[in-house]
Amino acid sequence: MLTKRIIPCFDVDNGRVVKGISFVELRDAGDPVELAASYSNGGADELVFLDITASSDNRTSVYDMIARTADQIFVPLTVGGGIRTTHDVRMMLEMGADKISVNTSAVENPELIGEGAHRFGSQCIVVAVDAKRIGNEDRWEIYTHGGRTPTGIDAVEWAREAVDRGAGELLVTSMDTDGHQTGYDLPMLRSISDRVEVPVIASGGAGKPEHLYDALTEGGADAVLAASIFHFGTYDISTLKQYLSERGIPMRPPDPHTASDSGSGNGSGSETHGDRTSSEAESEGGDA
Amino acid sequence: MSDVVIVDYGAGNLRSVARAVAHAGVEAIVSSEARAVAQAKALIVPGVGAAADTMANLRSGGLDGPIRDYIASGKPFLGVCMGLQALFDVSEEGGTHECLGVLPGRIVRFPLGLTVPHIGWNTVELVREHPVFDGIPSGSYFYFVHSYHPAPTDESAVIGETEYGVRFPAVMGEGNLIATQFHPEKSSEAGLRFYANFLRLACERGSIAPPETAATGASGA
Repeated sequence: MLTKRIIPCFDVDNGRVVKGISFVELRDAGDPVELAASYSNGGADELVFLDITASSDNRTSVYDMIARTADQIFVPLTVGGGIRTTHDVRMMLEMGADKISVNTSAVENPELIGEGAHRFGSQCIVVAVDAKRIGNEDRWEIYTHGGRTPTGIDAVEWAREAVDRGAGELLVTSMDTDGHQTGYDLPMLRSISDRVEVPVIASGGAGKPEHLYDALTEGGADAVLAASIFHFGTYDISTLKQYLSERGIPMRPPDPHTASDSGSGNGSGSETHGDRTSSEAESEGGDA
Repeated sequence: MSDVVIVDYGAGNLRSVARAVAHAGVEAIVSSEARAVAQAKALIVPGVGAAADTMANLRSGGLDGPIRDYIASGKPFLGVCMGLQALFDVSEEGGTHECLGVLPGRIVRFPLGLTVPHIGWNTVELVREHPVFDGIPSGSYFYFVHSYHPAPTDESAVIGETEYGVRFPAVMGEGNLIATQFHPEKSSEAGLRFYANFLRLACERGSIAPPETAATGASGA
């Protein structure tokens, strides 16, 4: 059975993982390569890197960081920030990214979605929908440039267009809830997930296990992305997976050798690969 | 020169595959040369992307014939994702595209009404034993990302199946050939084990030199 995914997200600024509130007030949260390895061993189903210094010129250091990260982990890696052309897409994929995420460049140049999907496949084009609620209505407006620029574009309409143009997944972030840890914007998630047939990744607002549950049920999301809840040590992934699994959400059990190791090292020493027989005992909620 | 060759045809997650192979203690080369394909002692065709582009790239690179010849030679072959789909007769992705014709059958889209692409971790149920799954229990999770799936006319080469709206072959195996719809290089421990097994089998057949570490669990050396 296809499981729902838990995806830690790293906002990377000048080579450090940071986390803000409503896209500002950034706090340092650690070294990206170390964090990626640790989360991957801790049961993360995928990882997302968003380079929020992307408008700067130093792309080489970003490529290097992505390559070093991709070399450490054996789960899918999505990279966003500053990707403007199919050449940029190709560079990121060559560095070891599996998918790229575009927001500003896709809004400014929607053809990029189709070109990227055509050349590299829809599966690697994730369109990030950063949106803010309009007044008290159930309508949301797209923002670009890291949340600084309102566009007047309706989020649900744009989500539909992005999929029609070839997006393979949508990463839907509520700017209202981002970083507040008060729960995802469920009406926005539901409005978008009802309109598209591609997977929707919920983002912005995770603070408690029930927030993830709500996004995956009421919000109709296929995956939940979170940052603060992980970086500041509130919950680890295996705890969240157990919580969700007990409530009937299909989850991938952690790897047998690294399940409890979400702190240090990458546990990939060759001597640990001899005995995998314990994995049959892992099916806590998978075979109901 | 390394004996393990990863085919570069212009779109693919080559680095991830090379890293997974390296994790098993084997160094691979990434090549787009027909000659390297012919001389390989273990060949891996990875892939992400669209079928039409994949086939166009393989043909324009002069790689389609050499890959077919390589598989016919009986040496160990691994196809991943698009590298599996390209083995069939025809893909229906974006029209009707002739593929390599090594495995009989078509590549078809998931039925309407499902969330597509099929993205994420899903279980693979083994319907036949195969040494490439040594130490990997049936029902293990692997990472998938695809909108089309194999519909073989000959079920005898199906090794493992996955359920997503339909039950489809996730692993095909026949003689020297093994191919997966999932991405073992993105499937954490089970996937690394899978690569290690493939390389160990290649080694046991005398095709490639033994891995440099004990990471594969292989006893030979």
